[in-house]
Amino acid sequence: MMIEREGLQVIDTATPPDVPARLVDDFTPELIDVGTHGLCPGCGEPIAVRALVEAIAELGLTQKAIAVFGIGCYTAFSNNLDVEVLQALHGRAPSLATGVKRARPGTFVVTVQGDGDMVNEGLQEVLHTAARGEAVTCVMLNNGVFGETGGHLTATTVLGQRTKNTLEGRNAHDHGYPILLADVIATLEGASFVARCAVNDAGNVARTKRHLTRAFEVQMAGGFSFVEILTMCPTGWFIDTLDAPDYLSGNLAAVHAPGVVKDAARG
Amino acid sequence: MTRRLLEGSEAVAEAMVAAGCRFFAGYPMTPFTEVLEHMARLLPEYGGTCINAESELEAVGMAWGAAATGTRSATGSTGQGLSLMQESLSELVSAHVPLLVLNMARAQGDYFQATRGGGHGDYRMPVLAPKDAAEAVDLMRPAFELADRWRTPVLMFGDYYLAHTAQSVDVPDVVDPPPPGDWALDGSTGGSGHAKLLSPLGDHKRRDDVGYDLQEHYRRVARGVQEMTEGIEPMWEELGTEDAEVVVMAWGTPGRYVRAAVRELRERGRKVGFLRPVTLYPFPDAAVQQAAKNARLVAVYENNQGQMTDDVRLALEGRVPVRFIGGLSLDHSGFGIAPDLEVATLVQRIEEVLPA
Amino acid sequence: MTLTRGTVVIDEEACKGCDLCVDACPPRVLVMTKEHVNSKGYRYPMLLPGCTGCRACAQICPDFVFQVYKYETPQEVA
Repeated sequence: MMIEREGLQVIDTATPPDVPARLVDDFTPELIDVGTHGLCPGCGEPIAVRALVEAIAELGLTQKAIAVFGIGCYTAFSNNLDVEVLQALHGRAPSLATGVKRARPGTFVVTVQGDGDMVNEGLQEVLHTAARGEAVTCVMLNNGVFGETGGHLTATTVLGQRTKNTLEGRNAHDHGYPILLADVIATLEGASFVARCAVNDAGNVARTKRHLTRAFEVQMAGGFSFVEILTMCPTGWFIDTLDAPDYLSGNLAAVHAPGVVKDAARG
Repeated sequence: MTRRLLEGSEAVAEAMVAAGCRFFAGYPMTPFTEVLEHMARLLPEYGGTCINAESELEAVGMAWGAAATGTRSATGSTGQGLSLMQESLSELVSAHVPLLVLNMARAQGDYFQATRGGGHGDYRMPVLAPKDAAEAVDLMRPAFELADRWRTPVLMFGDYYLAHTAQSVDVPDVVDPPPPGDWALDGSTGGSGHAKLLSPLGDHKRRDDVGYDLQEHYRRVARGVQEMTEGIEPMWEELGTEDAEVVVMAWGTPGRYVRAAVRELRERGRKVGFLRPVTLYPFPDAAVQQAAKNARLVAVYENNQGQMTDDVRLALEGRVPVRFIGGLSLDHSGFGIAPDLEVATLVQRIEEVLPA
Repeated sequence: MTLTRGTVVIDEEACKGCDLCVDACPPRVLVMTKEHVNSKGYRYPMLLPGCTGCRACAQICPDFVFQVYKYETPQEVA
């Protein structure tokens, strides 16, 4: 069981245990086909995608689910999930989701979009989809940058945040203020459930999964739900992977505050 | 089949529903607006859905989503609205999603947009240009079938006249839409190991590697467009081309007037022929070459600065001179009502290019 | 001897050396290699005794490196 490595006595983790043990977590969830992806070390998006598909499986929605993907780093998962996937253009997932759900009301429809995709390119789409109360769930993976193009300012970038095109840090005079989308959506009558969460530590990952589960239940009961998941982007933030969880809490989460913003059914 | 006197917008809407269309999304814009109004009224009667989208961008998006489930779907607008939809229209071709797209155009300046270069990338789609509401009604079900057969968007090109003229049309009986193709999404293949993917970037899940192979995908799309182009029989109308010295070409609504002008000239003994493409893509190249075989000139009339004229030149490959005899003709509204569309005016325009 | 309730299988080749698991682990029994790297050039985690099988590492890992087991009977590990 024990081996020596670099002067330490460590457990041999190359093979499963040879004493009776129960597998409590497999490498990939059942709905992710291949675990390999080209996303950066320390990226929060795969963590969020994992929580999302686990929630779908646990609620028994696997054979009803259609995931509508936007365009961003996370698009890497669009041909790697074992749920049906409809790929949309940048910003356009909510309109496609609307068409899918209206044509096939018995399905479970969830959009997977980044902050650049949803709040910049596609702000109109998500607002109107929420206002109409479409029975879909829109999920925003918010890392405060356009990750796929290298790390540029989006509408959710916080003041002071350095990006490739705000190298001195975002300032209100030149770049305006961030849009706190979850709060804006919560003001719309058509939005039934709105929550923010993060994936920067295990506790938050568990909370993310809980909010996703609640959001999915709200959709199945006929309401529009929205979950914003703050994710780490050490590449876009110009920091070490190890520092990204604290950067997220101290910067992004300080502005885009985690918690349940609105739960109409529960008051 | 019922014969009814209907304004063109209503006829087009009735024909779409009769052909099995059960989803429509649009945004009001002249002269397309009434189609949206009629679809909003009709579709719920047949268990369908019509959505007033927040902009044309979302209209094509919603129609894309509905079509992705295998529901017979349509959207439309006028030229400016179609401009907003172009990214999606190009991508619908590489996503292999069938969709009927209606342009109720203002004049004829959208020919290029319709047949190529509206959007980015290497794509083409079938384009049908009826001359009136009756022809639009007759072409509607074939248009949806083309879309399904080749898994492509299909553009139906109408205009202000077509939309706002009342005409006697044969409205087909309503049919049920066909069942969804096996590529269509409904969630049910989730968890099977082969969950379906519908994407403009690729059409299958990869297990060997991650990411899309765009080179392979776009090659396959290009082959598909090629097969589609070769597999569709072009459609056209012609009159008096057997002995024509000059062949006059026109398309869409102006075609009716140009044909009347050609008839009048023929009655006066002039050797003039007429050819009106109905499929703007695939363009009836062979028919144009054949019609112009013994002609000394092909004259093209269109209400724009010369767009189909380019395709005529391409079809003839320099064998016969081509002369543009059209031009932008608009009233103060800019909606495409053309003062030039009088038979007498067109007769004169054609006479100017006839041999003495 | 350390009471150990669970263990992991680590896919060293999948790891991208991001270190997130180290801080995520409540009993802090994951430590990154200093000299060893995988074929992509990344350091990867090693497991010390004391794992509780809580799955935090698996939940936080962006690269699906961990398989987590809970022992039927807690083991005393040297």
